Amino acid sequence: MLPFSYSKAADEEAALREYSASTKYVAGGTNLLDLMKLHVETPGHLIDINGLPLGDVTPLGEGVRIGALVRNSTLAYHPLIVERYPMVSQALLAGASPQLRNMATVGGNLMQRTRCLYFRDATSPCNKRDPGSGCTAFDGENRGHAVLGGSDHCVAVMPSDLCVALAALDAVVRIKGSDGERTTPLVDFHLLPGDHPERETVLEPGEVITAVDLPALPFATRSLYLKMRDRASYAFALVSVAAALDREDGIIKAARLALGGVGTKPWRAWEAEAALVGQPANEASYRTAAEVALRDARTLQHNGLKIEMAKRAITRALVTLGALP
Amino acid sequence: MSSSTNNNTTLNDQPTDVNVGCCAITLNINGQDHAFTVEPRLTLLDALREQLLFTGTKKGCDHGQCGACTVHINGERTLSCLTLAVMQQGQRITTIEGLAEGNALHPLQQAFIEHDGFQCGFCTPGQIMSAVALLREGHARTKDEIRELMSGNICRCGAYNGIVEAIIAVMEVSDAAV
Repeated sequence: MLPFSYSKAADEEAALREYSASTKYVAGGTNLLDLMKLHVETPGHLIDINGLPLGDVTPLGEGVRIGALVRNSTLAYHPLIVERYPMVSQALLAGASPQLRNMATVGGNLMQRTRCLYFRDATSPCNKRDPGSGCTAFDGENRGHAVLGGSDHCVAVMPSDLCVALAALDAVVRIKGSDGERTTPLVDFHLLPGDHPERETVLEPGEVITAVDLPALPFATRSLYLKMRDRASYAFALVSVAAALDREDGIIKAARLALGGVGTKPWRAWEAEAALVGQPANEASYRTAAEVALRDARTLQHNGLKIEMAKRAITRALVTLGALP
Repeated sequence: MSSSTNNNTTLNDQPTDVNVGCCAITLNINGQDHAFTVEPRLTLLDALREQLLFTGTKKGCDHGQCGACTVHINGERTLSCLTLAVMQQGQRITTIEGLAEGNALHPLQQAFIEHDGFQCGFCTPGQIMSAVALLREGHARTKDEIRELMSGNICRCGAYNGIVEAIIAVMEVSDAAV
């Protein structure tokens, strides 16, 4: 790691006050310190925000408010989450390892950077790390890259599992800046790469994520997270699916569907959800929705496997949910 | 273990960073306070190994991918390579050196010996620290659940079967004692 200075903020006001252009906030540190060792991140100053009072999980009516400093392991086993949003618990437990989950925070999870090999290799051209330098992945090793939401400048996957579940659940991100507090839907928090892959979220310099709110969604008690990866555990997703299904008399009343591993941001499959509503709850309907979800997919040389894998994962997730009592 | 001082003076070309290279900190490790001076960029892992000579904690990948550096912070398993020493003031840190009581090995240390839970031994401190926390967490009841919740500790000798057997053995003893 290159040298930097360090301070610890006692509260949000202190964090905002001490922020300067070369500052990074650090919470769990699991992604930031890794990237600092690779010289991909080179902050001049770190503000440790672990002392901020943002570590609670609290009921919000029939929903839940999750403080930004809640650790992944705490959230995964929290009774409110296990009971109301099983897909969130499953997504967290499918990610990283127990050690990393004890460290990683919800706010940090929203801010985690891509696993693109060329982004992480500070010597390779990369438009996300070094705007305008080019994209090595287009003609390089791109088996892990996105089939949805890419641009001519970047096809890097946003690797979070948690964010896929949050996207499916209409989560709302609470943000604090020097001008006060604002909120944004999770699905709008991350940006498509477009012409500016270096801009990944709507967070402005100095702003702090304070919480993520999950609105009430009664049928989310029947939800799941399905993750496909190269080994049985402790690997990033090739494809993942967060799904919830509301049925009545064999007909789908409502559905939630979001995809991971395939998109440049956590990918809410709006059109596939619409294609499910009013249809019989059977495998043919699910497969049709899966075709819709991947309709706009564009492949590179090595990542074509993700399309059929995603379709099968969507179908399997919905079949599994449909078979629940 | 005595305190030591970081005499690294290579950072004098950083005049704007007032506390680069000059943080006096105290870490509580295995029940004892250790006061020393660090650069902010010193990881907990490097502080343990290089400054305080707790060399039981191993550096494998140094990127949070192998689990060899696992220690406990306030009783929870954590990767010491992905946190800074300066961030862990006031916390209770436990390393592999803190498990045994005098000459009496922790039951898991003994079980790793009895069940061949290692070959070269490099990953073993991390495996054992992880397994001690796994038992305390109480989420694993089957071999498959143990494998899943030990997946953050890689063993390139492939001693996984012995590791799982060692954990099962201690788990069964613990259950019997309840």
